Amino acid sequence: MYRYDEFDERFVRERVAQFRDQVGRRLSGALTEDEFKPLRLKNGVYLQLHAYMLRIAVPYGTLSARQMRQLALIGERYDRGYGHFTTRTNLQFNWPKLRDIPDILDLLADVEMHAIQTSGNCIRNVTADHFAGVAPDEIEDPRPTAELIRQWSSLHPEFDYLPRKFKIAVTGAAHDRAVIKAHDIGLRILRHPDTNEIGYEVVVGGGLGRTPMIGKTVREFLPKADLLAYLEAIMRVYNLEGRRDNKYKARVKILVHEIGTAEFSRRVEEEFARLDGPSVNADPAEVARIAAYFAPPAYEALPATSGAFETAKAGNPDFARWVETNVTPHRQQGYAAATISLKPIGAPPGDASSAQMRLVADLAEAFSLSEIRVTHAQNLVLPHVKLSDLFALWQRLGEAGLATANAGLITDIIACPGLDYCALATARSIPIAQAVAKRFADPARQKEIGVLNVKISGCINACGHHHVGHIGILGLEKRGIESYQITLGGDATETAAIGEILGPGLAAEDVPDAIERIVSVYLAQRRAGESFIDNVRRIGLAPFKAAFQEASHAVA
Amino acid sequence: MPLLDRHGAKADLWTRSEGAAIGNLSHALVAWAALPEALAQRSRDQRIGAVLPNTVRMSELKLVMRQLSLIAIGFPSFADGRGFSLARLIRNHGFAGSLRASGPLIPDQFAYALACGFDEVELPQESAARQPVEQWLTALGRISHGYQRGYGDSGNILDRRRAARLKHAAAC
Repeated sequence: MYRYDEFDERFVRERVAQFRDQVGRRLSGALTEDEFKPLRLKNGVYLQLHAYMLRIAVPYGTLSARQMRQLALIGERYDRGYGHFTTRTNLQFNWPKLRDIPDILDLLADVEMHAIQTSGNCIRNVTADHFAGVAPDEIEDPRPTAELIRQWSSLHPEFDYLPRKFKIAVTGAAHDRAVIKAHDIGLRILRHPDTNEIGYEVVVGGGLGRTPMIGKTVREFLPKADLLAYLEAIMRVYNLEGRRDNKYKARVKILVHEIGTAEFSRRVEEEFARLDGPSVNADPAEVARIAAYFAPPAYEALPATSGAFETAKAGNPDFARWVETNVTPHRQQGYAAATISLKPIGAPPGDASSAQMRLVADLAEAFSLSEIRVTHAQNLVLPHVKLSDLFALWQRLGEAGLATANAGLITDIIACPGLDYCALATARSIPIAQAVAKRFADPARQKEIGVLNVKISGCINACGHHHVGHIGILGLEKRGIESYQITLGGDATETAAIGEILGPGLAAEDVPDAIERIVSVYLAQRRAGESFIDNVRRIGLAPFKAAFQEASHAVA
Repeated sequence: MPLLDRHGAKADLWTRSEGAAIGNLSHALVAWAALPEALAQRSRDQRIGAVLPNTVRMSELKLVMRQLSLIAIGFPSFADGRGFSLARLIRNHGFAGSLRASGPLIPDQFAYALACGFDEVELPQESAARQPVEQWLTALGRISHGYQRGYGDSGNILDRRRAARLKHAAAC
C-alpha cells in the first residue's frame, strides 16, 4: 500500500488547517454561503436532509487495517456508530456536526486519509479495479497510476473550478471491474500489440446521470510516461469548452457528444502536441517510487490446494456456497481474495457498523496482510487470504453477520442512500433494495438465478448506477407519489451498455413482483449455462416487456 | 476597484477607456471588442491593455497579443474556472506582460491564480470589503507545495522529491 512521505503528510495537514480557516471565515461572514459551499463540498461536506454528511476518500478503494479502525472510531465518536460505503468506494458519515468536522479531518490525517475532492466540480476520488494486484488477468497493477492521478489531481490550480464534477477510473485487466466506460475518463492499461510496451487506452465521455453515455476511445495507445500531460490536455479542453450554461449539460460527455469524438480527440491531441510534456509528466523515478509501494506483499510459498480447505468445503455446504460466490482466484498460488458482503438480506446496502469495521480490521490483520479493499458494488474485500485460512475467516465473519454468500447475485444490490438521507433524491432506494433482497432471500434460488446485478438509484443523478445494472431501478416522483422505472440489459463491464426502459413506472410495493416476472422469463428461456445478461442479449427485450406489462396490468 | 498582487494591495496604473477612446492615457485598458480600433490609434509611448471575456479563442488573441502590456481576464463568477486555463494558455503561448484576474474571486483561489500565470487580482468593492488583503495573503500561504509540475515557481512536491533523490544519490 502507498504510504505518505513528509510532503504528503504536510499537504494533508495544511489542507485541514485551510478548511478550519474556511469554516472560520464563513462564520465571521467574510465568506458568503455561496462562496463557502464549493469549499465545503471540495472537502466532502454536504448538507443533507437531516444533517451534514461527510464523505471520506478511500483512494482506489484501498484501506489498511489501521485506517479501518480509525473510521470505526470516528463513526462511534462523531456519528451514530456506523458508516456507509459508496459506489465511488468512499465512506460516508451521515450525522456529523459541522463544528466537529475539522477534528474528524485531523483524525483522518493521522492515518494518511482525507476528504479532499470527494464532492464539488473538480476531479473526484480516483477509483480502480478492487482486485488490483490480485487478479490473474491483470496486465499491470492500476494502483500506482491511480495514486499518481490522486496526487496530480489534488488541489490542481487549473482544474479545481470545472464546469461539473469529473470522475476518473483505472483498470489494469482485460475484464473491466472498474466501470471505466461510465467515467469522464476511463484508463485501461494495455500492452502495445507491436512493441509490447505498456500504455493506456484513454476513454472519455462516459457517465450516467440523466443523460447516460458510454465513453468513447479518444486515444488507442498512450505511452505510460505521457499520462499527466495527456490528462492536462483533456482537462484544459474540457475546462475551456465544457458547457456552463446548464448544469445538466456540463459534464464532458455532453461536450464529446456535441462536437463528436473525432473533433474532441483532435482538440486534445492539438493541445497535447503543443504543451511541454516533459515539464508536466512525472519523472520515471517518481513513477517507480510510487509503484514500489504496490509491489507484491511477502506471500508464503504455498501449495496450489489446501487439504484443510477442501475438507471444510466438503463438510460444510454453507461454507462451500460462500466460497463459490464470495471467493475469487488470486494470482499467487495458495491464496484467494474474499469478498465480505455488506448486503445481508434486509439491511441497507453498503452500511457497516463500527463494530463490524473493527472486526474487518482484525481479520485483515489476521488473514489478509492487513489489507482491505472497498468495491464499487459497496462490498469489502480481503485481498490476500490463504486458502487454508478461509474456513476460519468465514466462521469469524459469520459471527458478526458478515458472511452473506451473495457476491454478484441478485441480492447483492447496489443502492444509493435515496430519500432516507439524500437532499437530491426523489424516491427511496434502501427500502426497495431491502424488499427485493427479501423476496429473493432463499440461497438456493439465488444460486439457481446466478450472476445478476440489480442497481437502484433514488433519482435521475444515478448514484446507484441503475443504467448499467442488468436490472436497473430508478426511483422518481410523480405528483407526490414514488414511481419506479425498470430498465433491462445494462452492463458495467468491458461490454458496457445502457439498459432500456421496460415500461411505465411502478409503485414501490410492485417492484419485487416485477423483478420476479423478469427473472421468471430468464429461467424459462435460458439455455444451459447462459447467464441472465447473455440471455437478455440473445432473446431481446420483447419477452421481458410482455411479462412486465402483465405485471403492471395486474397491479393497475 | 481594489487591486492586489502576491505582496499585497497595489495602486492601479491602468485606466479603463470609454470604448476605443484611449486619448492620451499612458496605460489604457480597453475592452476586447474595442481593441482593434484602439490599437490603430495608439501613439508610440502609450501602453495598451485588454479586458478579455473568458471565452476568447487563442487563435484570435495570438494576432494581437504582442501589442499588449496587460491582459485582464474576466471572471464572471468565482465558480467559473475558465480564466485559469485561459491564463495558462496565454502564458504557454509566450505572453510576458502582466496578467490580471478581474472579478469576484475568493482568497482561496489566490494561489491557484498565481500558479496559472496571473500576476494580480482586481476585485469588485463588495468582495474586497468582506475579504481584506490580509485574508488573501494568509490564504496564499496555506498550502506550501502542490503536486503539479509546471505551475508557479514556488516549487512542487514532485520536483522536491526528485531533488531529494538526487541529493541522496550524490551523498552515497
